[in-house]
Amino acid sequence: MSDAVAPAIPQPDTVDNAIATPDKHQPYDALGLKADEYQQIREILGRRPTSGELAMYSVMWSEHCSYKSSKVHLRQFGQKVSDEMREHLMVGMGENAGVVDIGEGWAVTFKIESHNHPSYIEPFQGAATGVGGIVRDIISMGARPVAVMDALRFGAIDHPDTARVLPGVVSGISFYGNCLGLPNIGGETWFDPVYQANPLVNALAVGALRHEDLHLANARGVGNKVVLFGARTGGDGIGGASILASDTFSEGGPTKRPAVQVGDPFAEKVLIECCLELYREGLVEGIQDLGAAGISCATSELASNGDGGMVIDLDAVLLRDPSLTAEEILMSESQERMMAVVEPSKLDAFLAVTAKWDVETSVLGEVTDTGRLVIHWRGEKIVDVDPRTVAVDGPVYNRPMQRPEWLDALNADSARALPRASDDSELRAQALRVLGGPNQADASLITNQYDYYVIGNTALAMPDDAGMIRIDEESGLGVALATDANGRYCQLDPYAGAQLALAEAYRNVAATGANPRAVSDCLNFGSPENPEVMWQFARAVEGLADGCLELGIPVTGGNVSFYNQTGDVPIHPTPVVAVMGVIDHVDRRLPSGWQDEGENLYLLGVTRDELDGSAWAGVVHEHLGGVPPRVDLAAEKNLAGLMAAAAEEGLVTSAHDLSDGGLIATLAEGVLRFGVGARVWLTELMERDGIDATAALFAESGARMLVSVAREDDVKFRGLCEGRLVTVTRIGVTDGEIDGLDVQDRFTLSHAELAAAHRHTLPERFGAVVGG
Amino acid sequence: MPTIVVEVMPKAELLDPAGKAVAGAIHRLGENRITDVRLGKRFELHVDGEVDDALLDTARQLAADLLSNGVIEDVVSVHVADDAHASTGA
Repeated sequence: MSDAVAPAIPQPDTVDNAIATPDKHQPYDALGLKADEYQQIREILGRRPTSGELAMYSVMWSEHCSYKSSKVHLRQFGQKVSDEMREHLMVGMGENAGVVDIGEGWAVTFKIESHNHPSYIEPFQGAATGVGGIVRDIISMGARPVAVMDALRFGAIDHPDTARVLPGVVSGISFYGNCLGLPNIGGETWFDPVYQANPLVNALAVGALRHEDLHLANARGVGNKVVLFGARTGGDGIGGASILASDTFSEGGPTKRPAVQVGDPFAEKVLIECCLELYREGLVEGIQDLGAAGISCATSELASNGDGGMVIDLDAVLLRDPSLTAEEILMSESQERMMAVVEPSKLDAFLAVTAKWDVETSVLGEVTDTGRLVIHWRGEKIVDVDPRTVAVDGPVYNRPMQRPEWLDALNADSARALPRASDDSELRAQALRVLGGPNQADASLITNQYDYYVIGNTALAMPDDAGMIRIDEESGLGVALATDANGRYCQLDPYAGAQLALAEAYRNVAATGANPRAVSDCLNFGSPENPEVMWQFARAVEGLADGCLELGIPVTGGNVSFYNQTGDVPIHPTPVVAVMGVIDHVDRRLPSGWQDEGENLYLLGVTRDELDGSAWAGVVHEHLGGVPPRVDLAAEKNLAGLMAAAAEEGLVTSAHDLSDGGLIATLAEGVLRFGVGARVWLTELMERDGIDATAALFAESGARMLVSVAREDDVKFRGLCEGRLVTVTRIGVTDGEIDGLDVQDRFTLSHAELAAAHRHTLPERFGAVVGG
Repeated sequence: MPTIVVEVMPKAELLDPAGKAVAGAIHRLGENRITDVRLGKRFELHVDGEVDDALLDTARQLAADLLSNGVIEDVVSVHVADDAHASTGA
């Protein structure tokens, strides 16, 4: 460098400089690295890292990017796998998103991911960029995104901060998704004080592709160009990956507020179309999305998954802010960016396509076989590393685990000790309270902010059990998706709780008539440095892996979110499970409520006196204790098989699963769905299963469903149940003469009363329109 | 009647999609000397009576707490519109 260079320009910390100044102090701790991790980096490199290398290692070795605490447990998802689970799996865990064959030459890719901490700091942009990020994962597999879903958890419904976070999150999701033109077909909304300063925003996206369009993100082919395209790189979200996801929030005092990211859904929409054209024209070898850890992540992952080397010129990165340093460029989490690997002979055609879409593009470098990721900036070499040490072979921790001491006392505190309704009028009052409970109440205030019919392929959406999307407009082939988790059950028993979440999502998909086929999960937990949390995590993962093996559906990918806590108090373990199912023709889908009079209502499955952790215990008694309902995956499997067969033969006119809130919630929603009343009787059920009316109405036993069957199909349907080993009881009839619900000999609830109880809760708190 | 003007801009390091869209429109008109646009908000608070320091402080507080989102925006100015001498930065 000549002396004429202005002194204001920061001098890059070059590799040569790092060798020359081995003892320079580096702020590794402020970047979230532990002393031994920093030492490990020095050993890998045989010198101190440059500041650019330190930036890369710090973000890529953060919990969020490296899965360093969860890896040893997540391996089970790859180990507990049967041939049945491999049959339809085209791409498994470890890629941007899993890909599953759904027949007729079609495949779908889907994934659920967290954006919890950003959504607490800046609810609108945090949730919006959460949608944007998961959609880019789908694009990077070569698929066209076709729908999104959201699993949301907020603090207490009546806490003032919930009134800040919820409208922001919901507006952010609807803004981004609606602008992109993607239907939001479902999800869940939960309220619990444990999420007060740590809401959970888990976003799911699903995309469809033809088998031959599948693309994997890797940098193969020496001499191939590495191209960055999309939005310019700015100073947003710098260090977000390591700092936002690894630090917890403390109450009071000024909080550390690193720059959040701002999303631009219109830029993303253009990016989707641009990427799909690049794939269609065969102009790219692979595309990697830029999310957490930005260019650091994209370059090191692409190089690790390919021929092992890459040389990059950072000066070629188009910047929004020219004053950014090399480290900031490497760490920036600016949204709506993609990185592609392009053959040199196709580069001109590639650039013509991005120019057509008005997407700014720059060639950063090329693929090499040196096994080194080398990055230059301002003419100097500032990074020279083995990319696998950054992206793949990061630290792995076998963190200490300890079963919580409080668990025995919590498990002993069963809901059986709670007083039950002494007469039918009290039972009726409790039913109304449960129906209006924050987690049972109608969430259409939220879901109505989302466009769920855009594109015109939505077969089912809220309030049905699962969302369903038509994939092939000719044949009617479609997929159904549901997400579920019950943090209360997981607090009582994380192993069973995770399986119950899996079972519920599986059942919700089965209720639509689809065949459950694959799983994605978003595992939200407290700090992995807390041995009790680590124990909860390990148990939940084990439960999920065992459950998937028994159900015969693979986990295709997902995400782990740790450090969800306020102060020392972790959230309830919340493994959100998304199940995807396939239906041959969406015309055979089953809605969640009955539409015709004079049909029989059948309760499928066995009801036990299982009220521990239930909505009844929570809403009526503010109680959480005991052990969750028994998990019976064999029964779930039989039930799903029955539903698929019944839908195929057209024997069932509606189906709705039983879960939180129990039978009363399912009945009420069935009546409210299309406004057709029903008369039900509990006596037979109570006698057969040996339970009282409280358990009959409110127990949350698994593997149960309520279906309506036309009279002429009665015999066939009962025969099918017998053949499929599913317990069945006729518990009522649909009746247009009845206004609402008549629980024979006990009480009646008019349609207006049901609607008021079910629909008043959210509007009362948040007004008529969220964010309006 | 005096007016307190509050000006709010998106933080410099963050993407400003609206500003970017306006810049694109200007470039499509062929004007390339304008390289970038950032788009902020201007609030005019009409006051009944005199603006004293206490009221200006109140306006600054409102600007910070209500009129701007401190996570993604900066208050760049709080001043009285029709009295140049009373102008004051935030």
